[in-house]
Amino acid sequence: MNVAIITFPGSNCDQDCHRSVDVAGGSPSYVWHRETSLGGADAVIVPGGFAHGDYLRPGAIARFSPIMDAVIDFARGGGLVVGICNGFQVLCEAGLLPGALLRNESLRFQSHDCRMRVERADTVYTSEYREGQVIRMPLSHADGNYYADPETLAELEDGGRVVFRYCDAGGAVSDAANPNGSLNNIGGIVNERGNVLGMMPHPDRAFDPALGSVDGLPLFTSLVGALARAEVA
Amino acid sequence: MMAADRDASGYGTTQAGGTATIAPPEPRPGDPPITPELVDDHGLSPDEFAQIRRILGRDPTFTELGVFSAMWSEHCGYKNSKRMLRLLPTQAPWVIQGPGENAGVIDVGGGYALAFKIESHNHPSAVEPYQGAATGIGGILRDVFTMGARPVATLNSLHFGDLERPRVRYLFGGVVKGIGDYGNCVGIPSTGGEVYFDRGYEENPIVNAMCLGLMRKEELIRGTAEGVGNTLMAVGARTGRDGIHGATFASEELSEGDDEASRPQVQVGDPFTEKLLLEASLELIASGHIVGIQDMGAAGLTSSGAEMAGRSGTGVEMDVALVPVREEGMTPYEILLSESQERMLVVAAAGREDAVREILEKWELEAETIGHVTASGAFRVLEDGVVVADIPALPLTEGCPTYERPGEEGDEVRSLRTMDIAPHEEPPAGLRDAFLRVVGSPNVASKQWVYEQYDTTVRANSIERPGGDAGVIRIPGTNRGIAASTDCNGRHTYLNPRVGAMGAVAEAARNVACTGAVPMAITNCLNFGSPLKPHIMHQFREAVLGMRDACGYLETPVTGGNVSFYNETDGKAVYPTPVIGMIGVMEDLDTIVRHPFQDAGDAILLLGTNTGELGGSEYLYAVHDLVAGEPPGVDLAAERALQRCILAMAARRVLKSAHDIASGGLAATLTESCLGRPRKGDGVGASVRFEDDLPDTALLFGEDHGRIVVSCAPGDEASVRGLAADYGVPCARIGTVTGKGSPLRIETPTAALQLGLDTLRERYFGAIPGIMNEAG
Repeated sequence: MNVAIITFPGSNCDQDCHRSVDVAGGSPSYVWHRETSLGGADAVIVPGGFAHGDYLRPGAIARFSPIMDAVIDFARGGGLVVGICNGFQVLCEAGLLPGALLRNESLRFQSHDCRMRVERADTVYTSEYREGQVIRMPLSHADGNYYADPETLAELEDGGRVVFRYCDAGGAVSDAANPNGSLNNIGGIVNERGNVLGMMPHPDRAFDPALGSVDGLPLFTSLVGALARAEVA
Repeated sequence: MMAADRDASGYGTTQAGGTATIAPPEPRPGDPPITPELVDDHGLSPDEFAQIRRILGRDPTFTELGVFSAMWSEHCGYKNSKRMLRLLPTQAPWVIQGPGENAGVIDVGGGYALAFKIESHNHPSAVEPYQGAATGIGGILRDVFTMGARPVATLNSLHFGDLERPRVRYLFGGVVKGIGDYGNCVGIPSTGGEVYFDRGYEENPIVNAMCLGLMRKEELIRGTAEGVGNTLMAVGARTGRDGIHGATFASEELSEGDDEASRPQVQVGDPFTEKLLLEASLELIASGHIVGIQDMGAAGLTSSGAEMAGRSGTGVEMDVALVPVREEGMTPYEILLSESQERMLVVAAAGREDAVREILEKWELEAETIGHVTASGAFRVLEDGVVVADIPALPLTEGCPTYERPGEEGDEVRSLRTMDIAPHEEPPAGLRDAFLRVVGSPNVASKQWVYEQYDTTVRANSIERPGGDAGVIRIPGTNRGIAASTDCNGRHTYLNPRVGAMGAVAEAARNVACTGAVPMAITNCLNFGSPLKPHIMHQFREAVLGMRDACGYLETPVTGGNVSFYNETDGKAVYPTPVIGMIGVMEDLDTIVRHPFQDAGDAILLLGTNTGELGGSEYLYAVHDLVAGEPPGVDLAAERALQRCILAMAARRVLKSAHDIASGGLAATLTESCLGRPRKGDGVGASVRFEDDLPDTALLFGEDHGRIVVSCAPGDEASVRGLAADYGVPCARIGTVTGKGSPLRIETPTAALQLGLDTLRERYFGAIPGIMNEAG
């Protein structure tokens, strides 16, 4: 149940992911971006931050960090890879997830809690949630406005690959509940095979009641649980 | 600030130590001759120049003149403030490092120490708000992580002019974005602060940034150059021509037309490099390869080199030709005085240079050997082996002449202060209109528009985010918390600097105490106009005396900070603004108290006494467009009792909420406790009744100190009353929480108000976004 957390020089949520995995009962370890091997990790988290400063476009340079070839190979082999916030942007740039994260509709950095509806509770990342469950956690980004071309968007929707959707407290998906202009209120998606997840909000900041929410923790316990089952099998 | 209380003992003496005598530096080809005009351009008086000649025993070279100008500027030398600052209390058993280092350090228990400091970036922000504010954050982070502490939170204190003016909106928007973009990228949560708008800051915004950093006590490192033969290394970004003489710039008034001419003195920040520097520095400190480290902040290589030598009683020798530069042809003068950002001076243990370089390389940074520590006591600079500056270090850092200038209250403020404000107790359009104006004034209204542009939750330790009385973070791996608040009501300090400064300390401490944290220590940022003017000097002296009294009484010593004078444009100074950054410690985060009312039926009580002081109030400004009257007085004994009382209540867990009363008075406090967080549908109504024999406006909008509104479960009311009696704090039941969907109802002996929460929410949360989004 080794979870590798990729650390780029500008990662700033690597420690938060480390703690979240730890609290969920997994064994987290850091892997520096200049490494070329994941060192036998069972899953990978690409954390939030500003990987290489993101002066060009979020994630655009990170995609060329030496470790990314190993991450891409791992994902193509069916390995579990999660990208959170900047990590989601990196996975899109690396072609592991479709679409792109554009500048927020407000054109400002936004940092506040958001609510999302769990659209799928049958993925390896969401088995500890209930389908339709409304969860609350912080988001914190300038570029979280999910965009994909109409064909890709249709594929995502038809394939049931939208995992989290921004909603209000009652679970209604509306423009008012959309924090950043994301198409179809998309907050998180998986790839076709279901082994790569990308999401903008921060489950890694919602694992402890003292932080105001524990709604992020099931994501990590789902992941650790999936790894444990794989180990037994 | 407040460099250590060591006297400059080295005047006129030659360098001690065993090194061979070195010939004094010759004028460098191309340097301008040293004339009285040149000396004046460097901000040095004829007397100060004579002093320099005495120290050197000769005329300074052009390079040396630049070095003295920077080190003896107000920004580095505190020449007009030092004598007053010595009056401040700086000691307590929990103070590990007081004034004079990169940052103050206190013991926060559990084996942890907290480094913290506040600093101004007013002048650069007035010229270029985005970069000015961004580099302000960068500088304060470096001050903290060079102590060995990992930055865990930032706060800020921002004061702008009237938000109705386009230029003010431009400055406000730029400063907020600059702070956000820099801090967000480095990944430090912003946990609180204050934003204030008043005509008193029209041309000169006040931009103060505070940083808190945590370390294990044994990880503390200081900015010293110990060990003769150890190696000086320049680390981080390359040196360019930006910000040359920024320290001197910050020590002058601005005037119309400065925008263009001053631009080269504003530096450009690179938060990504800062993040690398942060990680590399903490790794370096942990590695044991270095003995000292300091930010090349104001006055760059000059101040870092001279101060590190000065603190250790050693000397330094460096060759500017070895400093990595961004452009060709830079002179020693430029290299020494550049304020290019994201640079550090490191003293590596001799022989460990390669190990240092290896760590820096991992973080994609450069580290170059530029010199070494000597026993000479001198700050000696060479260019390709030729001496260009040779100055005794201690007189340079500690020998700056200090002045105690005459002070006298200004006529204008005296007439405003003594004005009879009683005729303005009557609200022109009724009490309800006044109520809505006060809670919708940008000073009282929610600063959500601001703090939602700052990452407030990164590092996953933010227990209380911005919007309450004080931000609270958890010490990782423990259940201990640190609360922090920044406060200064500039209008109060303008009208009466001594009372206003006492009030700032009292309010900051009260804010921290309202969360359940014990106020421990402060850092301060003293923003004033030109100290050469008697009415400004009067403000400064009075403010320092007020701070001295309050900090002494509340046992919150000053561990450092910053003085920013010359906040003036065309002769008009800002309000005197001594910003207080208060730190509190909470031993058990489970005892935290927040400001929103919670459940229907809870009892609402007032701790303290309503005295109805409208002088300098938001009511007078927002409703009568008036800044006048005597500001609220501070009864330090009552304040201390109140704070101890609220801490006891928090510890006993008998409170459902606690909220300080300050700007906007009871009206603001009750509105905020009813509304809670911004979400629509949140919030609970309340019904309160006052028996005080005071005019309605004075009762509802008076900003009297020493008051807190608390709520508790009905069954705990007796305990709350009992604890208040134990501490001798007046305590009165004023009402009941009435629950969701009900309004805020207020009755006084002569009036009754009913305010729907939707109306209050729109005023309180909608005010600033309304102005910023619609006016553009």
